[in-house]
Amino acid sequence: MTSPLQQKIKITGPSVVTANRARDGAVIWRTAHQDWSTDLADAAVVSTVDTARALLAESAADDVGAVGPYIAPVTVDDSGAIEPGNLRELIRSTGVTIDIPATV
Amino acid sequence: MYAYDEIDRTLINERVAEFRDQVQRRLAGEITEDEFKMLRLMNGVYLQLHAYMFRVAIPYGTLSADQLRKLAHVARKYDRGYGHFTTRQNIQFNWIALADLPDALADLAEVGIHAMQTSGNCTRNITADQWAGVAPGEIEDPRIWAEIMRQYTTLHPEFSFLPRKFKFAITASDHDRAAIKIHDIGLRLRQNDAGVTGFEVLVGGGLGRTPFIGKVIKPFVPGRDILSYVEAILRVYNQYGRRDNIYKARIKILVHELGLEKFRDEVEEEFLQIGDGPLTLDDAMIEEIRSRFTYPAYAKLSDNPEELTKASADPGFAAWLANSVAPHKQQGYAIVTLSLKPVGAPPGDATAEQMDAIADLADRYSFGEIRVGHEQNLALPHVAKRDLPALWQALDRIGVATPNVNLITDIIACPGLDYCSLANARSIPIAQELTRRFSNETANLIGRLHINISGCINACGHHHVGHIGILGVEKNDEEFYQITIGGRADEGAVVGTLIGPAVPYDDVANVVEDIVEAYLALRQRPDELFIDAVKRLGVEPFKERVYATR
Repeated sequence: MTSPLQQKIKITGPSVVTANRARDGAVIWRTAHQDWSTDLADAAVVSTVDTARALLAESAADDVGAVGPYIAPVTVDDSGAIEPGNLRELIRSTGVTIDIPATV
Repeated sequence: MYAYDEIDRTLINERVAEFRDQVQRRLAGEITEDEFKMLRLMNGVYLQLHAYMFRVAIPYGTLSADQLRKLAHVARKYDRGYGHFTTRQNIQFNWIALADLPDALADLAEVGIHAMQTSGNCTRNITADQWAGVAPGEIEDPRIWAEIMRQYTTLHPEFSFLPRKFKFAITASDHDRAAIKIHDIGLRLRQNDAGVTGFEVLVGGGLGRTPFIGKVIKPFVPGRDILSYVEAILRVYNQYGRRDNIYKARIKILVHELGLEKFRDEVEEEFLQIGDGPLTLDDAMIEEIRSRFTYPAYAKLSDNPEELTKASADPGFAAWLANSVAPHKQQGYAIVTLSLKPVGAPPGDATAEQMDAIADLADRYSFGEIRVGHEQNLALPHVAKRDLPALWQALDRIGVATPNVNLITDIIACPGLDYCSLANARSIPIAQELTRRFSNETANLIGRLHINISGCINACGHHHVGHIGILGVEKNDEEFYQITIGGRADEGAVVGTLIGPAVPYDDVANVVEDIVEAYLALRQRPDELFIDAVKRLGVEPFKERVYATR
């Protein structure tokens, strides 16, 4: 398997590093404090290839805490609010778009 | 039901202990994710968009009531209270924590359930006709042979690291409910002129990026030789199958590139080497497996009990009876399909409460047995006809008596982008919208029509072989859907034809409505099925209708 660090990094705008938490698979984002958060609002936003690569390298080093880190696009509005940059990331961020079967 | 012996139980329990150790080492950081990934996949554990997904094997789609209760228990205790039945007769849990998986597996092992052969490049769970053993006209119960295959393939060292995953399906009926022609190996039980039971063997079927319909490699292989012949196929595939390109690694590509004749020659040469060897099945071995299947002690009952006649005056019961109840080989009994496709619900999902209730009803009305079909519905295979009215009321109360089996709202769909890390587009919301668009009255007017939806080219929703197939693709970060028509998965299996450019998410249900309206206007008579009309007319009239205003 190709390490994420060996893959070519291409970013076209503000980006974050996201992964799944190893113990339960929950969606997590890398923060600016060398930690993970389940809230996209806490994510460290990067805008250059070099800063993205550094954030990804730091994330990939935490193999015990996170699985499959990668760079994902986001948008940041004037107030600084971070939103997912595509539908896949929106669904990862906010959950399934359907009602899950209700218990009777 | 097949009764596991001590060897099976030991194998499953040892597997649980092994995986518990692997999970502990992973959580402790003693092994990396790269090292762990293959180990978890071998135990049915995938990582999806939001969580780990746990796929549990249901060999040849047969479950006991106790096994279904245990699946309900896993859904309730370790997941979010529901499970998803798949197109390979398995069940998936979508929200399970890694640390809980060993306990979930241990609980399942108590009733002989496991997750072997649900992932990885091995021979996968053997699937079969969900009406096996009860359908009229079968040569014999194909599950006996499916079980022989299961025992032969489970953890087979030579075939645990094939070029790619490998799927078997088996049927003993003329009407193919197991979709054998879209499997790597398809087996159809038959008898030769001398009365010997054997198999028509198909090879190289499969969907995904490059769909192929399976081809007959040998019209008849005697039962005694079937393991040797299958091993010969697997050996040729293992030797020549491509490992350099995942998209060209399935056996269908090898058969296509070599050509059937050359592939057959290779298999026959291998078979010459290993035939009449240790894999030859003698009658005693087959009988040993057969004897471990128990069959109900059917009573002598009327085919037209008074209870049935009386209840048929109720239009709701009559509609369900006509749609969801099928003939049984035993007089006085019926096969009942339980629709997991109610209006507005994700296809194939069942809650823990539903699973528990179905298990209780199976105990009461179906000799404790349940079947899972690749269409993502369940079945009770041994229901006395006199019990049908009471069963219907009970099924209706738990929401699994929608009389839409084989109709336009009985949609097969993969989990799609709501869950799956491979998907490009959502499948479930499309299916939900379609179930809302077509009332049951309209669905009955249309007649048999299968819609299959996949959220990506991997085709877990079998879109290629849907009468109407819907494939999600991504264009400029938006969901679009390609529409095919004319596909089918049964004995006349054929890949559908694309009707034109992909349409956006919001327009899919409108397009399906247009196709259906065209069919209703063009069919020669009310009993000309959609699939037959497409065969007669080709795609053009449907294409014109869909794209005239788009």
